[in-house]
Amino acid sequence: MTFARVVLLAFLLCWPLAATADVAVPQLTGRVVDQTGTLSAGDIDTLTQRLKDLQTRKGSQVAVLIVPTTEPETIEQFSIRAAEAWKIGRRKIDDGALLVVAKNDRRLRIEVGYGLEGALTDVTARRIIDEIIVPRFRAGDFAGGISAGVDRIIRVIDGEPLPAPQPEASHSVDPTLLNIIFSPFGLLGYAAIAAMMRGLLGRLLGSGATAGVVGAIVWFLLGSIAISAFFGLAAFFLTMFGDGILAASQEASRRAGRRGGGGWSSGGWSGGSWSGGSGSGSSDSGFSGGGGSFGGGGASGNW
Amino acid sequence: MRRLLTVLAALATLSLTNCGYNTIQSNDEQVKSAWSEVLNQYQRRADLVPNLVNSVKGFAQQEKDVLLGVTNARAKVGSIQATPELINDAGAFAKFQQAQGELSSALSRLLAVSENYPQLKSDALFRDLMSQLEGTENRITVARNRYIRAVQDFNVGIRTFPNNLTAMLFGYKEKANFTVENEKEISTAPKVDFNVAPAPAK
Repeated sequence: MTFARVVLLAFLLCWPLAATADVAVPQLTGRVVDQTGTLSAGDIDTLTQRLKDLQTRKGSQVAVLIVPTTEPETIEQFSIRAAEAWKIGRRKIDDGALLVVAKNDRRLRIEVGYGLEGALTDVTARRIIDEIIVPRFRAGDFAGGISAGVDRIIRVIDGEPLPAPQPEASHSVDPTLLNIIFSPFGLLGYAAIAAMMRGLLGRLLGSGATAGVVGAIVWFLLGSIAISAFFGLAAFFLTMFGDGILAASQEASRRAGRRGGGGWSSGGWSGGSWSGGSGSGSSDSGFSGGGGSFGGGGASGNW
Repeated sequence: MRRLLTVLAALATLSLTNCGYNTIQSNDEQVKSAWSEVLNQYQRRADLVPNLVNSVKGFAQQEKDVLLGVTNARAKVGSIQATPELINDAGAFAKFQQAQGELSSALSRLLAVSENYPQLKSDALFRDLMSQLEGTENRITVARNRYIRAVQDFNVGIRTFPNNLTAMLFGYKEKANFTVENEKEISTAPKVDFNVAPAPAK
């Protein structure tokens, strides 16, 4: 009897441990992610098309996520995690919204990005849930409820003046990479290259070659032609005249003869081809979050 | 050639990215902005309270104690100077947290009471206020979470080598973090007694 009690107690104590594994946020495979198979392929296509139209028209991103359950978390905890992972909405404008449905929990939530909190307020979000989505869900019409809810969200966003959508986001520079370039490692690496090239090829050619190598490395790291050209030119001048600048403070007279015929070699422009915007056509596979952030705004409901 | 190397070595030493000073600065700023967001959301809740109390008053005049409790808790929250410097003062931080906790429990009592008034629950204004309150409570949770994470980054940053030397040099101390208000209550295991016969079902 006591043994059984101990086992029962152990079971009771262990149960929460076993259950604390949170539901993983699914991959962002498109604007509509359905893990329950509730929506038909046709439904998903129509929804995706409407959401895509919204993005080309207004720039804001809206996504739909249907999961079986969010246990052990609440839907609020899960949906903020999903929103943080997906980063839908444009960076700094934060005009993303996410409709999360936990089908077996019978819970749903509209998660609203910072930039949309003024239009899609908590009250509006709650009304969309209570008055538009939930009645249809109660009747078992999931596709209709989601479609009508998304429609209403789109209409609310349409009424909000947002910055015009950019044609195609240019390469954004990752600040950590810039940090690498400006770190001692980057500078020492440059010094090694410069010393080698100048030793091998002489001042002018060596400087040009250094600029080419630096430009190529920067281009590879940052993927921006303009920035790599800038770094290449900087490397060129630094290699060419770096020691001259130092010497100038001490021996100004000796510098006069050296500066002679320094030609301009355009070593920095390692002419790579422009990688055009990825032209993925009809499918939604190219969809990714624009870097919008969320602060927990929105509303939840159940049916 | 050697001069060139000298210049570069000097440049490398000057870019003090290695001793962690810049990391500490950016983490510190991160903590500050996370804390401002917490304050912002608490303020939003405090601003909602008078409206909420008024809308309940119209339907549930007799719940004077509960309404008074909310009003007093709200007044207490308002009396505490919520400045960004609060995070560097553990005592003031605890006081602030306690006041906010009291308002939380007063509000939850009010919500429990409002369950008894169907008319109140179906009132449109009350329902709007409720969804605003729910949204704000959720924002507070998110903001607190982010603050906790920012403080963690900061504290880890100033305790690991070699940043701890820099932190010591410039006098950076660990920052206060949120704790659970009823820690003792949670940490005592609930007593489960199987010997007592369950109350007979009616």
